[in-house]
Amino acid sequence: MATSFSLQRHTSGDLVILALDGFLDAHTAPDFEKAVQQELDQQNVRLLADCGKLSYISSAGLGVFMSFIEDIREAGGDLKICNLMPKVAQVFELLGFQSMFEILPTVEDGAKSFANGAQGA
Amino acid sequence: MPSMERTFSLKVPSSTENLAMIRDFVNGIGTRAGMTLADVAKLELAVDEACANVIEHAYGPETTKEVSVRATLDEDKIEILVVDTGKGFDPSTISPLSLEELVGQRKSGGLGMRLMKSLMDEVHYEMIPSEKNELRMIKHLKK
Repeated sequence: MATSFSLQRHTSGDLVILALDGFLDAHTAPDFEKAVQQELDQQNVRLLADCGKLSYISSAGLGVFMSFIEDIREAGGDLKICNLMPKVAQVFELLGFQSMFEILPTVEDGAKSFANGAQGA
Repeated sequence: MPSMERTFSLKVPSSTENLAMIRDFVNGIGTRAGMTLADVAKLELAVDEACANVIEHAYGPETTKEVSVRATLDEDKIEILVVDTGKGFDPSTISPLSLEELVGQRKSGGLGMRLMKSLMDEVHYEMIPSEKNELRMIKHLKK
């Protein structure tokens, strides 16, 4: 059954890459929320969500992105999204996330975007 | 001419861990209806949203209540009926705020209903006080 969700954390300089894997729904979104909160608590505000292995997202997962983005940007950082599978990208687009978030094709593009100093969408 | 209508039902306890079971159930219905993979994915998401709302908002912390999903399939459409006996809501109270305004206010509520309306052809909600709440969603099948 399609239930599992896991998250791996990598760093590259002061960039934190959160690699999401599996199914992000109302059951698993609290795990993602906790991970982002931990980064904020440690003043890590340059965050890149690598969604290459994220096969499902519902509004509960999208809500985590929405609820943190203002605080992260006010702290001088950003939460960018990259490497979306087409099925998941469609959900982001349905709600207009591309107007609020920087969504990049690959992890490398995401890292470059941070290196170039782009902060918001 | 005999009716081609077929009805399938699933009842699960009101815990978010059962959302995956609900998605699997809906996936089977959509596949049986001959929907494309993309349309099956949309159906799964819409029903997930409906049931997550029931579990998180209608029932709150209570995890032993019943979430009922009934799918009726005929030649032209799939109709999904999600029924609960929890706290109902008035759909007109759902925030009409734009995504930008929601983000500005650090809110994320109301996304589920927006998704349901985007993904399905019809969404109807009926609250029958002291009895039940019914969310009925219809997806017309492509010929």
